[in-house]
Amino acid sequence: MSLCMEKRDEFEALERKANQIRRMTIEAIGYLGVGHIGGALSVVEVLTALYYKYMDVSPSEPGKKVRDKLVLSKGHAGPALYAVLADKGFFPVEWLHTLNKCGTWLPSHCDMNRTPGIDMTTGSLGQGISAAVGIALANRLDGIDRKVYLIVGDGESQEGQVWEGAMAAAHYKLDNLIAFTDYNKMQIDGYTRDVMDLGDICGKWDSFGWFTQRVDGHDFAALTAAIERAQREKGRPSMIVLDTVKGKGAFFAEGRLDNHNMHFDYTLACEACERLAGTK
Amino acid sequence: MEKQEMRAVYARTLVEMAERDERIVLVEADLMKASGTGIFRERFPDRLFDVGVAEANMVGIACGLSAGGKIPFATSFGCFATRRVYDQFFLSGNYARQNVKLVGTDPGISAAFNGGTHMPFEDAGIMRNIPGLVVFEPCDPVSLKKLLILSAVHSGCTYMRLHRKPVEAVYLPDEEFELGKGKVLVDGTDVTLIACGAILVPEALKAARLLAEEGVSAAVIDMHTIKPIDRELVLRYAERTGAIVTCENHQIVNGLGSAVAEVLAEEYPARLRRVGICDEFGEVGMQDELKERFGLTAEHIVCMAKEIVSNKK
Repeated sequence: MSLCMEKRDEFEALERKANQIRRMTIEAIGYLGVGHIGGALSVVEVLTALYYKYMDVSPSEPGKKVRDKLVLSKGHAGPALYAVLADKGFFPVEWLHTLNKCGTWLPSHCDMNRTPGIDMTTGSLGQGISAAVGIALANRLDGIDRKVYLIVGDGESQEGQVWEGAMAAAHYKLDNLIAFTDYNKMQIDGYTRDVMDLGDICGKWDSFGWFTQRVDGHDFAALTAAIERAQREKGRPSMIVLDTVKGKGAFFAEGRLDNHNMHFDYTLACEACERLAGTK
Repeated sequence: MEKQEMRAVYARTLVEMAERDERIVLVEADLMKASGTGIFRERFPDRLFDVGVAEANMVGIACGLSAGGKIPFATSFGCFATRRVYDQFFLSGNYARQNVKLVGTDPGISAAFNGGTHMPFEDAGIMRNIPGLVVFEPCDPVSLKKLLILSAVHSGCTYMRLHRKPVEAVYLPDEEFELGKGKVLVDGTDVTLIACGAILVPEALKAARLLAEEGVSAAVIDMHTIKPIDRELVLRYAERTGAIVTCENHQIVNGLGSAVAEVLAEEYPARLRRVGICDEFGEVGMQDELKERFGLTAEHIVCMAKEIVSNKK
């Protein structure tokens, strides 16, 4: 088999996995009837690439010291990550039906003390980057040669702390930190460009001293190439700006401005899952 | 007795702890010179991170270092270490069950010429609202060193009010401490002065001497840990003396005075007066001038004590 065909097969496998994760996410939120569907679905591909191709993590040793870590700073996208972690065996898949129910191990926003496989508690936007910088510094002090991955939202990037962290990561030359911006161009109050325009987002990260790339966040060929290029970068942190679609793949939510935290019933969720199943 | 600069004790103790435990790291936000922690950077250049004027990032990075297995201390002026970073410390630190040791320097009027903008009268109070957080304020070099070491050993976040200036020792060097357990400095039977910090503990001791001259027997307690408050000690002295005056370089709301009032109201109602800041902002001045301005003096404590002792009779 040629290298080209091998790659194509790998991308198709990742696409099938992403399709499955997307369905699990929609189904879990639909089971409850309300949730952060939009921003969860826009990060499905990057989570799939990280957890099924790159990250050195093991469900049998979720607390292992030497491993890759992910800080999902847009903590409200937790349900997509929960689908990944359940599928990988960090906890039973049945837990997905407990999402946001009183006493659940799967709260709306990521909680490292509740959910096996979650590396940092997040939910107050802007804080994840500082935590990721701290973890990357700790790894460097301990000689741990593993990556810290970070996902920030585009709306989240309006928080000043994001840029405090950006400055620090470049200052400390943290080439063990690879970040993504989920640039889905929407936030709660409207289009990001209308609420508070991010302007030249790539130029901003670039000028802060980050190795910056911009790719289609739903295209595994582009996404994996960017991640692998970032992994090779030395002496500075990497930012990969992902052009994504908020609510991607859920016909009732995709591209809608009201999909940030959306009510939808289980029947609709199941219909969306059936349509997705038909595409892969 | 010779005074020792508290910040020097702080920095020296950090270095000593770091020699023994490689997990000890320090995060600063452009106040390393004020905190006196330059000696830490000289000894451990890789383990001190000065993140510049970015307190939220300072606390966030400390939380990440903790998530990576370190025991980070983070220092800034008390106003910035609490008000400015409350959500970062609350969520990335305490809610995330991290192990960050936050230090707010220049508590209350010790901010002196930096004035009202930098004068935290509310820091212990807002911190007391964070579930599980240990809040403490050493009164002298000995208790600072011992409590600092205990805070590093404590599993979980802590917040310390650090008076930076030279202070006389209240304790002998071999005194032992426990977080959450107050120290009885003077025993007494008529009234109990419950104080904390490097300004009010000495003032309370002086007040007890003045009261003794007037035939009033005053106990003095150094309640170095504001949360968790030593309920058992408060109750024991409420029962013994029936009258309590709290003394703090902080708003009387939400700080030591409130903590003691809560215990008394729930368990053993006793006469209580609170010496501290009464719903005011800070202002510039020399520390001694501000003591007079805000009534943080032995003489004011004596007045309060005599008032409730006479009401008791």
